[in-house]
Amino acid sequence: MILSKILRNTLLVIVAGFILSACATTKKASTGQMQGDVYIGSDTVEYLASGVPDRVFFATNESILTTRSRDTLRKQATWLRKNSDVNIVIEGHADERGTREYNLALGERRANAAKDYLMTYGISASRISVISYGKERPVDSGSNPLAWSKNRRSVTVKAN
Amino acid sequence: MNLLRILLLFFILQLKAYALIEVDITRGNLSPLPIAVSPLSANKDSLTKFENILKKKDLGSEISLIVENNLRLTGLFNPLKKDAFLQKPEIAHLKPRFEDWSLIKAQALITGKVEIIDEKLRVEFRLWDVLAAKEMLALAFTTVPSNWRRVGHIITDKVYERLTGEKGYFDTRIIYVSEEGPKTKRIKKLAIMDQDGFNLKYLTLGNELVLTPRFNPTNQMVTYLSYFRNLPRVYLLDIETGIQEVVGDFPGMTFAPRFSPDGKKIIMSFATGGNSDIYTMDLENRVVERITNHSSIDTSPSYSPDGKYICFNSDRSGYQQIYVMKSDGSNVKRISFGKGLYGTPVWSPRGDLIAFTKLHKGKFYIGVMRTDGSGERLLTENYYQEAPSWSPNGRVLIFYRETKTDEKGEGFSAKLWSIDLTGYNERKVPTKTDASDPSWSSLLSN
Repeated sequence: MILSKILRNTLLVIVAGFILSACATTKKASTGQMQGDVYIGSDTVEYLASGVPDRVFFATNESILTTRSRDTLRKQATWLRKNSDVNIVIEGHADERGTREYNLALGERRANAAKDYLMTYGISASRISVISYGKERPVDSGSNPLAWSKNRRSVTVKAN
Repeated sequence: MNLLRILLLFFILQLKAYALIEVDITRGNLSPLPIAVSPLSANKDSLTKFENILKKKDLGSEISLIVENNLRLTGLFNPLKKDAFLQKPEIAHLKPRFEDWSLIKAQALITGKVEIIDEKLRVEFRLWDVLAAKEMLALAFTTVPSNWRRVGHIITDKVYERLTGEKGYFDTRIIYVSEEGPKTKRIKKLAIMDQDGFNLKYLTLGNELVLTPRFNPTNQMVTYLSYFRNLPRVYLLDIETGIQEVVGDFPGMTFAPRFSPDGKKIIMSFATGGNSDIYTMDLENRVVERITNHSSIDTSPSYSPDGKYICFNSDRSGYQQIYVMKSDGSNVKRISFGKGLYGTPVWSPRGDLIAFTKLHKGKFYIGVMRTDGSGERLLTENYYQEAPSWSPNGRVLIFYRETKTDEKGEGFSAKLWSIDLTGYNERKVPTKTDASDPSWSSLLSN
């Protein structure tokens, strides 16, 4: 009796969860190339090597790495371990919807989030330098949410 | 009681009888003061010399046009058309026929004389109250002829001060970032010009990205951010000599620089390891001092005019807000509590207000609040605008505004704008190219 009650409640919670997440997904997937306001497309992405994307994208005002970003950075780390003679510069960028000086700091924070993650996967800090461009070097010059999502990024560039 | 009333009445009458014209600048002025700016008179000998030295035919008229233009742009004055003037400049300057000037509805009159004596430009001018038939101000000064535009600005400053009771802001310069090219590959140069857009000069060539130039209190030095050799660092530039040097020896990005009010220090942000804090560097002994120590972004510092406090931008609450602290970094207090994000705080030269940029629901505002955060007032709303800088008298703000691009990124432009503290008199400031990050100098002459 008690067991069945627990079971039923659990089932209810799970069903509710499904409904909620379905709602969330429909809302998030509305633009196709964005999840929430994080860019998930491949429009501007370049590759360090086959299958190793050079950039990760961020939500507005955020420097937290998404699951997808962590996946990209692990691929970069694997590639960097194999190519131990390569040094990199991580460029941090922000979109144009912020004040210039704050965005410089935000770009620096984003680039360092990527750097820290690479370091936890064994890439030495001495191989990584970091530069923030704030909102000075957008990759998409448009003024719309999709363009801004492509511009909120950190890009790993070979330094040598 | 009766006696008091009579006394009071007597006082009011007295004031009325003696009060000369005054212009109230604390409110938006809906009826600008009609003012006649007579061309400055010049004798034959001087006219020939103007032609020889400055290649100018009628310097007197040109200077009066500078004054007229300055006065009109304040929104407080209505300079009258010169073709209605009845009296000749040289005679008006000696003794105006006030009936003639009140006939064309002038309430104030500026007359003057300009000549060249021993290679020097000598200027005298007078300000008259037409209705009271009185002289309000008379001044004379000499300068080098090449300074002739500044003569117009100095006259405006003196007239403005006499009529409003506050210092002017006309003999000043604006330093800004000149912008050209597509958004993704913008070429940026430091540019300097007179407050009215004349005498434009570029201070860098555009080879490297430059941002956020700011004057020192004597207007001879500029501190700014340069990406020279792809290392974003705070630099110091001597405007006269062109000599540049990097400020301090930091192992990461330094940015958001400003001078202390005594000009002896530069305050700025230093970013390393994903964290930005505020530092100062003493320009004499090169001693670096850390002012904030917090895991949040701390940037955009600006000193109070007495140097005792610093306002700055921090996201320690989770979002960008404005904070005030003592100049040693103690007593940090958040002062912005309205809805939205707040950035770029700048302390007024009068000390009573802080100007800022606010982002709320996709709009950008330029506003002001008292230094304790009370009395927030938004002056202008637009799609994108930021970075206010105060006129030296604390009555006008200059900032930059970007117009929205279309889907293709075309039609993008950035321009300088100014607005009175009252929220009235919003104007585009003329620049040759696109422009951003304006910084207003203090008065060049006092």
